[in-house]
This record gives sequence, structure tokens and C-alpha cells, in this order.
Amino acid sequence: MAWTRKHLLDLESLSKAEIVEILDTAASFKEVSGRSVKKVPALRGRVVVNLFYEASTRTSNSFALAAKRLSADTMSFSSSGSSVSKGETLIDTAKNIEAMGVDAFVIRHSAPGAPHLLARHTQCSVINAGDGCHEHPTQGLLDIFTIREKLGKVAGLTVAILGDIRHSRVARSNAHGLRKLGARVILAGPPTLVPPAIAAALGVEVSHDIDAVVEQADALNCLRIQFERKAGRFFPGVREYAAIYGLNEDRMKRAKPGAIIMHPGPINRGIELTPELADGDRSVILQQVSNGLAVRMAVLYLCMGVGAQSVAAREEVEA
Amino acid sequence: MPTLLLKNGRVFDPSSKLDKTADILIDLQSGTIEGIGKNLKPPPGAEMLDCSDLLVCPGFLDIHVHFREPGFTAKETIASGSAAAVHGGFSTVVTMPNTDPPLDNSSAIAYQYLKAEQAGMARVFPMGCITKGRAGEELAALGLLARAGAVGFTDDGACVNSSFLVRSALEYARALGKVVVEHCEDHDLSNGAVMHEGKVSAALGINGYPSAAEEIIVARDIRLAKLAGARIHVQHISAKGSVSLVREAKKKGAKVSAEVAPHHLLLTDECCRDFDANYKMNPPLREPSDLDACLEGLLDGTIDCFASDHAPHTTEEKSQEFVETPNGVIGLETNIGVLLTHLVHKNKLPLKRFVDAWTASAARVLDLPGGSLKVGGPADVTILDLDLRWQVDPARFKSKARNCPFAGWKLKGAPVYTLVGGKVFPAIGATMKVPAKQKSARSR
Repeated sequence: MAWTRKHLLDLESLSKAEIVEILDTAASFKEVSGRSVKKVPALRGRVVVNLFYEASTRTSNSFALAAKRLSADTMSFSSSGSSVSKGETLIDTAKNIEAMGVDAFVIRHSAPGAPHLLARHTQCSVINAGDGCHEHPTQGLLDIFTIREKLGKVAGLTVAILGDIRHSRVARSNAHGLRKLGARVILAGPPTLVPPAIAAALGVEVSHDIDAVVEQADALNCLRIQFERKAGRFFPGVREYAAIYGLNEDRMKRAKPGAIIMHPGPINRGIELTPELADGDRSVILQQVSNGLAVRMAVLYLCMGVGAQSVAAREEVEA
Repeated sequence: MPTLLLKNGRVFDPSSKLDKTADILIDLQSGTIEGIGKNLKPPPGAEMLDCSDLLVCPGFLDIHVHFREPGFTAKETIASGSAAAVHGGFSTVVTMPNTDPPLDNSSAIAYQYLKAEQAGMARVFPMGCITKGRAGEELAALGLLARAGAVGFTDDGACVNSSFLVRSALEYARALGKVVVEHCEDHDLSNGAVMHEGKVSAALGINGYPSAAEEIIVARDIRLAKLAGARIHVQHISAKGSVSLVREAKKKGAKVSAEVAPHHLLLTDECCRDFDANYKMNPPLREPSDLDACLEGLLDGTIDCFASDHAPHTTEEKSQEFVETPNGVIGLETNIGVLLTHLVHKNKLPLKRFVDAWTASAARVLDLPGGSLKVGGPADVTILDLDLRWQVDPARFKSKARNCPFAGWKLKGAPVYTLVGGKVFPAIGATMKVPAKQKSARSR
């Protein structure tokens, strides 16, 4: 298919074909990471700016490295120690950086819709790297990529997303993407951390019985409790949470033999997921991180206008 | 004696059961109506305004506007707000006291009256605060506020969370013959929410404001009003449960009234999907069933009147991230057009109820003068062209603000003149350019 989008703002608005296109493109980029020279010239001369208004380790580094592997120049910006602390607005900051001649913004922001706002006010590509509790499309894509890679397919699988659904952009992006590719999605967690209308909003199932969910799932994606978003107000305490809603070895005895355990990180070890499981055989957590790089290369490559052509064809042209 | 003759209009006043083609003669010296009747003979030299094919109504009142002065004059001033009012067809407005400083003392009330007089356009009646500094902690000087001319008391923008204070305010207001006017929101339950809690907020990952947070306070205040034997007015009703509560209370004879804003009758939370801050206000846009309930309440009299909650903000403020932008949208210059187009012309709301809810019923809620056409009464008149086709272009507004949720809407029906004490102001239907094609369509 011909890729036509300039921005990646959310998975809700993508078609199944577009999601598959990103996953397939990512698969071809994954091969690049295995080479001794891990670089292709696809975005040579282009500039990608990381605009991070919220803390990030994985995502910001993953995007920066993805851009570098595509030979783009990169700049990074974080809200502390910048003009934001002097009260500059998002739009002003972005327009000033844009005036330096950049091609894409990768933005993380605590406000839902901040990437959408940016896309309305700049000429650059805008890639959403997490907007509040709304979406985190590249995390959703890398999770789906990992499921497809490990389990060989997505359609027909049951994927359970466990924990702090209320505050999770990862849950929302996963739900949209997985549903479009034909998976069954169950969101499970304490009633107060699963917003009342979310089943209807996302076309998913909701459960508060983790044992029952564990038995059915082919993939279990554990979410971090977002204490920084005051998630602690919504349940009585972490000990109770771990006992009733956390994933532990005892509970995993009920799981299907091939079920995988995922986590977008960072992990609250011993709360939503025990260290034994996080580091155990079923865990694909580090593969998720590796795959994230390939997915982000694919997203930058497609959205920055190179589109359509395969990686190989592109390299030929560049050569 | 200077005189103005409104010639040959369809004189339409539900409060005096008037609906006939007639003339209105206005004494410009006193600003009062001298005669209403067929073929009135004006004195020589009288000015004349041809009202053929136009609807001549009592001056419309918008009992809920924010004019931001003192304190936030970049958003709106009393002068720009008054200009927007008459441009939008409103001869009278009631201003909310959430200025800086707030209208919690008599000199602040006097200041707004002075500014309004200097502007010399719409009649402006300020409301005073219920609590000092709108802080919700101690009563403002309600007696002195009333003496200075406050037409009611509210902490609008915030609810008075203390039931004790609301009771005290109600008792005090009863003795003053004034109404306590409440922004109904249980802030603990709404918890800093920025949109309605439902499917859309769940999908967007935005903290939602459940309808129950409004309903709880509506229920509480109805009970407190009964306890105090006083009148309570529910501002900007938005949830179907609130409409039911007011309906039941009225049946039992409670002294409760309610207003509804055009956006709560015409727009739903689906509008927030693109994170456009021009759909962000408090109370928030809710669901289709809430819109239906509000319309039903308007039709059966549960809801007494319209009010726009005209809430101007600068374009800079409204271009921030959705969750960061201040609440509120403007309404003065679109109120009439959007309701005529989407309710009256679609036969969902009788013209009579439409006019009544902007005139007599609005005046009655706060015991304001006006709202009817009477010989000897003030010559406050709103003249409408029910068939005029136009498109909302915020650039043409007299308001300083552009935060309009109806930008670009194609409408049928607009105010063409607003008279305040006989003084004629062209309204939006007269000041905009009508494309030639539409003009000919109109004359057909």
C-alpha cells in the first residue's frame, strides 16, 4: 500500500492495512539492527527533534537511536532547563525549533491531544510518543509486533492488559491496534482503575477477576501503576493490589502453556509483576524494547515522506 | 419631541399575548414605548424603521455573561461585551462576579454600573458573590451588595461547597428579596475534570466530570432552599438527572428555577474528540440523552430560560493543550441564530417559547425589569429576521474573544436591530454582508 500519513498521532485513526504496513516495514528494519554497521541512509539530511515534556528513558532513547540508524540528525529537548520553565507555550517552543529547519517532532506530553495540537500548528511531521493517558502509538505497535513475532499471528488471540487501565495510554493504543488486527482484548484491573465506559469506548471486554483472565490469555501485558498520576487514590494499598491484581508465579500456573508476559516498563517490581516473572522464561520484556527500535525506525521512515518503497529499494536509490 | 416609529413589523410578545402586524411608537426622550397599534400616526419629523417581514420582540435578556472587567480585560471589557450583546440581539445582560477582584463588595458593583453607563449600549446588571473572594469560606456582604444593585448572588465558576454557607446565603437573600444562583458542581467528585465522563473521556484518557457531580448539588440546593424558604436558581443545567430533580421539585412547589445554554442543547461530548478547546466549558458538553432532557425541560417549563454563559478567553489561552485551557465559550452573538436554525426552524421548539425563554421568563427568574412590550415601559426591543441566511464568522464579532463553538455554522435567522431605551443598534443580521445569491433567495 502507499503510505500517505505525515503524522502518527494515535492508533485509533489508523486502518488495519496501515498498521500491517508499519509492522512489515519494522520487520525489514529489524534486520538492520543485526548488521555490524547498523545504519541505513534513508533519512540522511533530515532532522528529527525529540520534544519530551515528560520523563522518559526507553522511548526517548529508542526514538533517538531509531533516527540515527536512519541517518537523520537528531536534537533533543526536555522541559526542564529550557524556555518552558520560563513559561513559553508548546506552540511557541515548537515554532521556534521548527524555524531552525527541522522535519519531524517526536513529542511526549502530559496533556492528552498535545501532539494533535502541535500537528495543527506546524508543518513538520508529528509523532506521538505518549500524550497523557490518551495514546502511545509506537508502544502499542511494538507490543503488537512482539506478539506477532512470538506467537506467529495476532488475529484470534486473546490479549489481556492488566492493571492501571485508567491512566494508561499503552492500554488504549494496544486496544485499538489489537482490535483492528482481529484479537480479543480483555482489560482487567481494579474497578476504580478501569473507567466505566471504556469497554464501549474501545470495543473491548472488561474483567476484574485476574485468575479468570490469566487462564484465557495468550499474551499478558502488565501495566505499571502510575503513582505519578495519583493512581494511589484509586485503591487501598499496594499490598492488597499485589495480592488481588498483581501477576505472580502462583497465578501464572493457571496460564496457557505458551502464554507470554509483557510489560511496557518501567516495572514496579513486586507490585503489578513479581521479579521472578519479569525475568523468567515467559517474559518478552527485553524483546519488546529491541522491537521498539525497529518499529520507531519504520514510523519515522514512513511518516517522513520516504514511504511506499521497501527498505532495499530505498538503499539502492541512495547507493 | 424626538420620536421613532417601528413600522409594520410582526409584533411578537408572548407575555402580553401579542402576535400581530403593527407599529410601535417610541418616545426617544424618555426611552419608552408610547403606543403599539396598527397604522400609528407619527408626529412630523419622526424617524422611521421599516420592520416589514421582521419579528419585533421585547428586548432579549441574557442572564449569564462574563464581561471580565475588572481584571481580565484582554478577554473582554464591559464596553466590548456590551457591544457584543447589542450586536447579538440582547438589550440586557447579567454579568457574573468572577472578575479580579471579584464583585464581592459594593464598590465593585458600582464600578461595573459606571463602566456600563460609559459604554452606553446594553443594560448591564451585575451579580454579586455569595462568599468573600469567591473563596467559599465566609459570606460576602450580601446586604450591601444588594443595596449597590447586585441582582442576585453567585460564586459562578465555582460551587459553594459548604451547605451551611449556602443555607445562610439563602436565608439572607430571602430577606433581601434576591435569588441565590448556583454553579452546581460537587468539586470533590468532579475532581478537576475537564470534560464529561463517558465513552469519549474514556477513549481520550481525560479525567471525566460525571453528571452526578452536578445532580448532587442540584438536589442539595433544592433541599436547602426549602429549608430556608428561599429561591434558588440553577445555572447552566446540563445533565438529564438535574432536569428531573428540578421538575420534581417544581411539582412540589419548590422555589427553584433553571437556565440552559445553547451549547448544552446543540452539542455533545463527541465534539471534544479533536481536543479543540472551543468545545471545553464547565459544565461540559454531555450526551445526546442529556440534550433531549434539556430540550424537554425547556418545553415543559422545568427549565425557565436560556442563558449563554458567554465566557470570553483570548485566542492564546484557548490555543493551549486541551486540559490546560480555561473553561468557557462565547455565545452572545450566536445565541439567537443557532437556536432559531436548529430548534425553531426544525419544529422542535415553538417560536413563542423561544422568545419567552429569552424575554419574560428570563426577566422573571431574577425580577429584572423588561421582557415585555408595554405602553409606558422601556423601549427595549429585539428585531429578528427569521429567514436571513448567514454563516458564523467570529472575525465579525464585536466581542474581543473568538472562542466560539459554532464558527462556520450556516444559519437561518438572525437579530437585525437591538433597541435599548429607544436607541437603535444594528445587530449581526444587519452588519454582515449577505452574499448576493442568498439575498435573492431571501426575497423570494
